[in-house]
Amino acid sequence: MGKATRVAFGEALLRIGATHSRVVVLDADLASSVQTKKFGDAYPDRFFQCGIAEGNMVGMATGMALCGLTPFAASFACFLTGRFEQIRMSVGYNNANVRLIGTHSGIGIGEDGYSQMGLEDIALMRSLPNMVVLQPVDCREAERATEFLADYVGGPAYLRLTRQNVDDVNGEGYRFEFGKGVEMRDGTDVTIVASGAVVGESLRAAERLGKDGISAGVVNLHTIKPIDAALLQKVAARTGRIVTVEDHGVTGGVGGAVAEALTECPDVRVRIHGVHGYGESGTGSDLYAKHALDEAGIARVVQSFLRESTDTPRVAAGHR
Amino acid sequence: MTSVEELKAIAKELRVESLRMIHAGGSGHPGGSLSAAEITATLYFRVLRYKAGRPDDPARDRFLISKGHGVPVIYAALAKAGCIPREELKTLRRIDSRLQGHPDHVRLPYMEAATGSLGQGLSVAVGMALAERLDTKNDYRVYCLLGDGELQAGQIWEAAMAASKFKLGKLTAIVDYNKVQLDGHVRSVMDLEPLADKWAAFGWNVQQVDGHSVEALIGAFEAADAQTERPDVIIAHTVKGKGVSFMEDTHAWHGKAPTDEELERAIAELEAA
Repeated sequence: MGKATRVAFGEALLRIGATHSRVVVLDADLASSVQTKKFGDAYPDRFFQCGIAEGNMVGMATGMALCGLTPFAASFACFLTGRFEQIRMSVGYNNANVRLIGTHSGIGIGEDGYSQMGLEDIALMRSLPNMVVLQPVDCREAERATEFLADYVGGPAYLRLTRQNVDDVNGEGYRFEFGKGVEMRDGTDVTIVASGAVVGESLRAAERLGKDGISAGVVNLHTIKPIDAALLQKVAARTGRIVTVEDHGVTGGVGGAVAEALTECPDVRVRIHGVHGYGESGTGSDLYAKHALDEAGIARVVQSFLRESTDTPRVAAGHR
Repeated sequence: MTSVEELKAIAKELRVESLRMIHAGGSGHPGGSLSAAEITATLYFRVLRYKAGRPDDPARDRFLISKGHGVPVIYAALAKAGCIPREELKTLRRIDSRLQGHPDHVRLPYMEAATGSLGQGLSVAVGMALAERLDTKNDYRVYCLLGDGELQAGQIWEAAMAASKFKLGKLTAIVDYNKVQLDGHVRSVMDLEPLADKWAAFGWNVQQVDGHSVEALIGAFEAADAQTERPDVIIAHTVKGKGVSFMEDTHAWHGKAPTDEELERAIAELEAA
């Protein structure tokens, strides 16, 4: 098990501070949680404590971006993207180079329960026409994504990170390619398209399925927007069956993005697997088990999808 | 330097242009443009440092209109200042126009930020004033025109707290306190009083002026410029629909265009004054 992607982000941000004088960081009383404290300690003149007022923080970041700075505004995913009106109006509509960093995404945060869980953030952020949406799978990818965002000047971007530790799935020589999905594993029966913390679980689920004679491919979709439609169409043509897996609500998230990208593909069936309903307290692993986002649960969902998918509609919200 | 007499004449001209534009566009917000005419004239022709043709000049002063629905009077000032062609004013709210119903920064960079979803502009201005502090090459001031109704939004006071905490002495907010919002009088919708006390309690340097007196506005901007310890707010007491008898102090003219006949009467009144 590796570190949490928020930790890798914080370390990368600290390094970026030394080379990118225009990078500034905004915090809403969560610097140690969202891991921007290291940057703040090293570069106090470029670190802005905004207090528990995320809407204002988003506006301040916009003003800074419009004056040529590269602001990283970080909070929990739910608190940050919950300021959707400020993000749509100030960040999005102005095409401001604001980097919104949402940590503590998904039910994987565990015990704190629903109020602290980002479960709608991908849906909200990808609904904005010019918003880039990234969700790194592990620490190596989180560092590369953070570095990418420090140099990206194409407009607003959202980076979705975990509270909990995640598997290291990428090797040392890994190169992050913005906008490109990564085929982690080939398969001929079904393709699991996953993003973020659940990619590691999906890879283990694919191993397990292999033992049952099911050949499951796995795609890591670190860039949710702009989506790699060409890759998705290629794997869809190969297997005809796609299961999307995400620690996010089943409406409008990774599954929605994948389904939209495949609307023109003939003879493909998609199952959207993620979190149903509101989250709740519990350990992260108990919650992953309950919501079938662990290795065993994902394998079960894939198996039942393959059994049912000869007579289900093309896109079916997953049920367990 | 533009004289007081010239500024008064410009304010009148901006009123006429605002009404013509809204009439041509077939919709818009006359009341909040008319109330801000002296404020706009004083800012664009006396206070702000900017160059027509150079909306990207890094040294320019930043001006944001947070009360985005009042933008016709700003478009009129931009035309008067030679930033946009006067002919373009007729395109307000029309398809493909840069003069969107509310400010659009991407289409028209002279608008420092898109606004119109009320309560957000001051936060953006705070960010700009902080950026100025990090800018080693340029020295500029940031101005933000607020509506009174939008002071009901919590985000304004979040921004007010932040500006005070960061001691943004180069930030000046102007409240166009015309006492009327869409649904009725501010005091009945959600009273703001005691407004000066609220700003003072948030750590701002507060001045209250007659927002239709160019002399008073000039004095307030000069005083704001002179003190650099704290953010400044100029509470400009104004009249909604100022200058047109049938538009004054009523929410009926918050957001509708005059008919041909109403436009004629309004311009006649403005020109007779």
